[in-house]
Amino acid sequence: MSLEVRNLNYVYGLGTPMEKKALTDISFSIPKGQFLGIIGHTGSGKSTLIQHLNGLIRATSGEIIYDGRNIYEKDYPMKELRQKVGLVFQYPEYQLFEETVMKDVCFGPLNQGLSKEECEKRAAEALLMTGISEKYWKKSPFELSGGQKRRVAIAGVLAMQPDYLILDEPTAGLDPRGRDDILGQIRELHEKSGLGVVLVSHSMDDIAEYVERVIVIDSGKLRQDGTPREVFRHYKELEEYGLSAPQITYIMHSLRDKGIMVDTEITRVDEACEEILRVLGRKE
Amino acid sequence: MEMIKTSSLTYEYPVRDEEGEIKGTFRAIDGVEINAKTGDFIAILGHNGSGKSTLAKHLNALLLPTEGTVTVNGIDTRDGKRIWDIRQSAGMVFQNPDNQIIASVVEEDVAFGPENIGIPTEKIWERVDEGLDAVGMQEYRTASPNHLSGGQKQRVAIAGVVAIHPKCIIMDESTAMLDPLGRQEVLNTVRRLNREENMTVIWITHYMEEVTDADCIFVMNEGKVVMQGTPREVFSRAEELEKLKLDVPQVTRLADRLRKKGLDIPKGILHMEELTEAICRLK
Repeated sequence: MSLEVRNLNYVYGLGTPMEKKALTDISFSIPKGQFLGIIGHTGSGKSTLIQHLNGLIRATSGEIIYDGRNIYEKDYPMKELRQKVGLVFQYPEYQLFEETVMKDVCFGPLNQGLSKEECEKRAAEALLMTGISEKYWKKSPFELSGGQKRRVAIAGVLAMQPDYLILDEPTAGLDPRGRDDILGQIRELHEKSGLGVVLVSHSMDDIAEYVERVIVIDSGKLRQDGTPREVFRHYKELEEYGLSAPQITYIMHSLRDKGIMVDTEITRVDEACEEILRVLGRKE
Repeated sequence: MEMIKTSSLTYEYPVRDEEGEIKGTFRAIDGVEINAKTGDFIAILGHNGSGKSTLAKHLNALLLPTEGTVTVNGIDTRDGKRIWDIRQSAGMVFQNPDNQIIASVVEEDVAFGPENIGIPTEKIWERVDEGLDAVGMQEYRTASPNHLSGGQKQRVAIAGVVAIHPKCIIMDESTAMLDPLGRQEVLNTVRRLNREENMTVIWITHYMEEVTDADCIFVMNEGKVVMQGTPREVFSRAEELEKLKLDVPQVTRLADRLRKKGLDIPKGILHMEELTEAICRLK
């Protein structure tokens, strides 16, 4: 199974004086169970792109193939697609509305037509997966902290048991612990249940830490596609796109410039630590 | 010269039950003492809900203390008659650029502040020029703000603050929604205002690496200041910061890890150059 984007083009205000090309000939495929990162500066087209993945925006031309079927086919079950490809918007906590945390998370599955019992079972599982323990379930979502609210919103999407979870900057505005908690839980879900994850982020450090593959969007075009190591190797190019490399990568380059022959493709603290010890001949 | 000073600042608000009846009070700020001299770059860290933004709102009289005092440029914020003097002394930039731009043309947005404080028309354009020059957005003056990037919008918001000639600028997580370049633009703009115009800066953030050059860092938890010092002092206490749901910059974390593995690397490393040098000495 995979989620595939083929030659996708999207034009805003087609045929009006405001016509603007937002996405140009984008193609890539996300195998089920992959943890993919999408990076690009503000306005590069990332959010527009991910809204195509569950059919919220219809492409001007091109195809989205989910599990072998083009979602633009006549009579394609869009409702089912939106359940299978779950999208978590930026600041999703603003979308919480129910009286209790439990009711809020049940909203999605209830709309799928499941029984109340089944909904509550799924909601309970989803809440536990995002680290919201039972003592919060009967509380109003508005009594929770910012990070907790956001996890409840993510649980609301997980309760529909999607195959893919797409998150648009899920850690914006959170403190460091909140960031680690959310991304750590998503990684665990991905590892345990084979959930496919698409993470849109402005934090290069988070991308380096969590994803298996990164695609880079700039001016509506797909510019790079590879592992974090491969993509951050081209950090000068990324800087031209308004992005950067992880801080650790810059440190590795700075060391190498001073004649310490470390691997400059390293992106994470733990790898960097090992590599520096190795080069200094202090391997544990 | 003392720009901002809070003494025993406490702020409480009523907590209501489901029927809307007051069932108690919540102490959001609890005996906070901070001060900033003219030209200081002060950072405030703290996890979500620790009271940072509530504190920030006291610094230009958006909120008034329940107990204790706040003075801005020597004016007590409880002095209702001088509220506009206070807001003119201390300008605030918020997190979401889309929530603070009100005009449909950049220059008009920047003009909004000076116009409101009664600057004569011909002077307003001078102020707009100054503001746009200060943030490097002159070439966008007739653009529509919704065609700008997040970083550019925040710079327009800063230009609007600069145009009212404040002595102090409060940045309440103003980089949270920006991409790496946008964050860098905003940080550089504010650092330059601090250095060249001697503008006092209060910088609130969740990104540790933004504040490694601050003059002083205050760390908040449950409405109290629980740590304060230079970046080197504060970031040397990585374990305590972690308990407060915070972090240290990546370079500090790498340095700490290498030290734990037995390398002779000093504590409190904040910059890439320092770490590189320390490692070169070990070769």
